[in-house]
Amino acid sequence: MNDMKQIFKVTPLLSKTKRSYCPGCTHGVIHRLVCEVIDELDQFEKTIIVVPVGCSTLAIHYFEMDTVQAAHGRAPAVATGMKRAMPSKTIFTYQGDGDLASIGTAEIVHAATRGERITTIFVNNGIYGMTGGQMAPTTLEGWKTETSPYGRNLKKEGNPIRMCEMLSQLNGPAFIARTSVHTPANIVKTKKAIRTAFKAQINDLGFSLVEILSTCPTNWGMNPVDSLKRIENETMNYYPLGEFKKVEGL
Amino acid sequence: MGDKILMKGAEVIGEAAIKAGCRLFFGYPITPQNEAPAYMAKRLPEVGGTFVQAESEVAAINMLYGASAAGYRVMTSSSSPGISLMMEGISYCAGSELPVVIVNVMRGGPGLGGIGPSQSDYFQATKGGGHGDYKMITLAPTNLQEQADLMKNAFDLADQYRIPVMVLSDGLLGQIMEAVEFKFDIDPSSLPHKEWAADGRMNRKKHLINSLDLDLDGLERHNEKLQARYRKIEQNEVLCEEYSTDDAKICIVAYGTTARIAKTAVEMLREEGYKVGLVRPITLWPFPVNHLLKSVKNPATESFYVFELNAGQMVEDVQLVVNGTKPIRFYGRMGGNVPSPNEFVEKIKEIY
Repeated sequence: MNDMKQIFKVTPLLSKTKRSYCPGCTHGVIHRLVCEVIDELDQFEKTIIVVPVGCSTLAIHYFEMDTVQAAHGRAPAVATGMKRAMPSKTIFTYQGDGDLASIGTAEIVHAATRGERITTIFVNNGIYGMTGGQMAPTTLEGWKTETSPYGRNLKKEGNPIRMCEMLSQLNGPAFIARTSVHTPANIVKTKKAIRTAFKAQINDLGFSLVEILSTCPTNWGMNPVDSLKRIENETMNYYPLGEFKKVEGL
Repeated sequence: MGDKILMKGAEVIGEAAIKAGCRLFFGYPITPQNEAPAYMAKRLPEVGGTFVQAESEVAAINMLYGASAAGYRVMTSSSSPGISLMMEGISYCAGSELPVVIVNVMRGGPGLGGIGPSQSDYFQATKGGGHGDYKMITLAPTNLQEQADLMKNAFDLADQYRIPVMVLSDGLLGQIMEAVEFKFDIDPSSLPHKEWAADGRMNRKKHLINSLDLDLDGLERHNEKLQARYRKIEQNEVLCEEYSTDDAKICIVAYGTTARIAKTAVEMLREEGYKVGLVRPITLWPFPVNHLLKSVKNPATESFYVFELNAGQMVEDVQLVVNGTKPIRFYGRMGGNVPSPNEFVEKIKEIY
């Protein structure tokens, strides 16, 4: 048995607290990837997470690193204050699409254009989860939600917002990418992107953000497997995966 | 130290903050306080500090939240409409027990209002302002020397009680020039490390800065803890000046710029033989209840006259203390208008 080697272990950066996320929610996978990257980059004890308002507010109890809970949409401003106070620490925000792409658009755009040395993990499932399934700025055309019960009508409700495409026009970001966690291969790619994003911060290159397409089986009214298929069949058509910005040296 | 320097009010705020050990300033332009951030933008890099012009007052107060969570002395300054935008963030600071210092160089409202001096944000500052049951220590300087001195009180009290502290200045105290002496010069590295800060968990347990508690009893306990702290502040941190109150037939109650004018009016009236005194709250919250009660119980004092640059806000706190035992009159100017001492003298003579 001595020739066996450990190829996987539970990351010590995640708490053993019972999770309150819904069955099939992809927050769990993304939490794990973030923690694995921070651990592998040896940043655990110098990292502070800023959690948003939304489902992932619950993450205040799930991450073992120091944690700061921010007001709705303001995580990039809070992270800016932290990073300016402690430039040698690693600061990241973890935000949903309602938090980042609706109420917090000013904060994310200006943190990005200032080139704040922070990292943002942006989890986009196209709906407000915590409040019970309202239309998000990212909700796709035709999707039925509590506040678009007839399906999102672009004439009435406007167009879904593509944050990566917007933010990659700015000079401040060093790394902007969109990935997905709907298949194991994409989970591996997501982890790689998260690692690059943190490296951008650690190497003092600029602002970094990874948008991760995810699911909300509960509020989509779908089972977890169909939810994952929906990413492939619908979400990715409007939100293409890829690296939108990557500066030299990454 | 020791020398008197002629400075503009808004710049006094900045230099006093630096001398109180503050090295982080986040703010957004708004008149009549623009000289404060401009001063900090120039001065902070000279002392190894950081100035960031935020995209809005909303962002600025949340930058304070982050820097304070990291364990550092941090401040912003703004004026009335900008302070309204900060109210959400101030409520979060109160809920998460974060020490921050906010200077409000008040201007006339409501809405966009004007840029003249006003005291119309008294309710907002002393009664909470944002959502939830919380308090801010509110300090009201009456001249630039006191505006300098109180900046140290502001940072010390914020740290001691882990509470937002507001320095309530106004368009007059922000824009005039006076000679001031800075009586302190604190090296930030000499300040004690904040044991609760979220600054990276080197060999210790995780720290959480947070105002969320979905457990009803848990949130009630948190509120009870905050309220107990507020009662302690009310007991220990009241500041108030009483001027010529011992034999005063009429007791004026005024603070800040208004008190400065009222003091001159008292001097003018005394010269003519009128027995008039002044109670000047320096902390608006905690309100100087016991100081005012002395005049309430003083048999020489027949009535109170409250002067403010608003439609009558602090007068409600005076009414609570006087509690119907003696008449209270109110006179206020609005819109940025500042009364002359003669205006107050005439008001007193009308009823003396």
